Amino acid sequence: MAETSYSQISKDGFWNNNVALVQLLGLCPLLAVTNTTINGLGLGLATTLVLVISNVIVSSIRNVVRAEIRLPVFMLIIASAVTAIELSMNAYFHGLYLILGIFIPLIVTNCAIIGRAEGFASKHPIPQALMDALAMGLGFTIILVLLGAMREVIGAGTLLANAHLMFGEAARDMTLTVVDDYRGFLLAVLPPGAFIGLGLLIAVKNLIDARQPRKAALGKAQTASAEASS
Amino acid sequence: MFIQSQGSPHLHNRQRSVRSVMLGVSYALVPAILVYAWLFGAGILINIVLAGGLALAFEAAFLKLRGRELAPALGDGSALLTALLLAMALPPLAPWWLVLLGVFFAIVVAKHLYGGLGYNPFNPAMIGYAVLLISFPLEMTTWPAPLADGQSLGLMGSLAYVFTGQLPAGLGADAITGATPLDNLKTQLDLGRDVAQIRSETTLFGSLGGAHWEWINLAILGGGLWLIWRRLITWHIPVAMLGTLALLALVFYVYDPTSYASPLFHLFSGAAMLGAFFIATDPVTAATSNRGKLWFGAGIGLFTFVIRSWGGYPDGVAFAVLLMNMAAPTIDYYTTPRVFGGNKGDGKS
Repeated sequence: MAETSYSQISKDGFWNNNVALVQLLGLCPLLAVTNTTINGLGLGLATTLVLVISNVIVSSIRNVVRAEIRLPVFMLIIASAVTAIELSMNAYFHGLYLILGIFIPLIVTNCAIIGRAEGFASKHPIPQALMDALAMGLGFTIILVLLGAMREVIGAGTLLANAHLMFGEAARDMTLTVVDDYRGFLLAVLPPGAFIGLGLLIAVKNLIDARQPRKAALGKAQTASAEASS
Repeated sequence: MFIQSQGSPHLHNRQRSVRSVMLGVSYALVPAILVYAWLFGAGILINIVLAGGLALAFEAAFLKLRGRELAPALGDGSALLTALLLAMALPPLAPWWLVLLGVFFAIVVAKHLYGGLGYNPFNPAMIGYAVLLISFPLEMTTWPAPLADGQSLGLMGSLAYVFTGQLPAGLGADAITGATPLDNLKTQLDLGRDVAQIRSETTLFGSLGGAHWEWINLAILGGGLWLIWRRLITWHIPVAMLGTLALLALVFYVYDPTSYASPLFHLFSGAAMLGAFFIATDPVTAATSNRGKLWFGAGIGLFTFVIRSWGGYPDGVAFAVLLMNMAAPTIDYYTTPRVFGGNKGDGKS
């Protein structure tokens, strides 16, 4: 983590050190709420917002708080942020609030957030901490949405069902029926579907990573042979 | 904890290969399949042919994807045996896509994603079955009525029903389907009736287990005994599983015969026989040592009884086998036989 350029931070958040695919943190909400795309998006954005607030505050007080008491202070900051977001969701996204239920207050216990506070924000200035929160949070959100979409299409044959919970009444018609007259595949909606889906996503990421160095090595070998022949 | 898995059992018979074992187990099922087809119509045969073909296709496709040689794995009959066991577990006359999905999860997810034959921690056929049972409860609990009670579709009618879902004119789905004995018992017990009353009201129950079903289970028992006689399996798992199941059933039957079925009914209904002789004895996913096999079988018997009596599903053999598959490495760890002349006081064995 010596490198703290913005491009490195965002690369880490979205890919190299992705919360869901590499760190495997915050699996409880990840597996529990991703049965539809909208649920995944809602929880992902809420988590991102908490991450932004906590990272910025932790970073701004990093020279004031003594090391001995830093963890309780981080927890208080995170808990306050989550409480504020829970109350606002209850007020403005009540339908979504009811569906996500216990998993909104449980954001407090999401290890990814305390992990970023302790591992990054408490050691870096505010702009970097903000960037890190956005990259990590959105990286997490993308996986939540992907997994939600996979499970929704396979499980119920629709996409973006209940979009009005998130985007208001105008979005009620956004639901796409991918397969007409679909019988439903319950496994994808139930918890095993979440585990299998996440496993497949991780496999895809590892596959892409495994191809990367091979391609680079191939390129190097080609230039080497080209140099040798010339 | 580091779980050390024991080495494979080393067979002394030089004639024995994976292929001969798989074929032997398949032969042992033939009588049961014939009885099944005789009593319940051609549905089971369609299931077997369909599942077998699909299993070979998936096996070939994934061997190719993984860059393995096709011939050895396709020829050893392991994919076919998995398909055969899955087909025995599915309801005859199940729609074709149900068989397709089941075989996909059995061969691709449960076997190849874990590294192929010999590396799968769970019994592939039971994974396929459990996935289907959880996902499609309606289709998976629609069992055909015995030919003696319902109407026969014939081979062509059954084929049309499996592939298009269309029944011949004038025939409703109720005419060819019926509750299984375990299913009926569970539903009626939940309604607060007692066992004797339930048994007197329908013709579903026979003298051993369910009427008609008991003959299939007897044929499976015969096939299983033949397997033991041919030394393709040892007696430990079947005896431990059926013994535990019967013992538990006996205790509860003696304690309260109005709400618990008799031990014989438990032994000769559902998948108890098939599970004990053909599914739990899969050498890859079971415990290895003889003492381990006894624990493994006893665990399956226990879970089967618990799920049947107090669980949400009428039969529990599939879930019981999968649960004990998960426990097999731990059982192996604690039941490693002492090496001859080795340390006597290591406390592990």
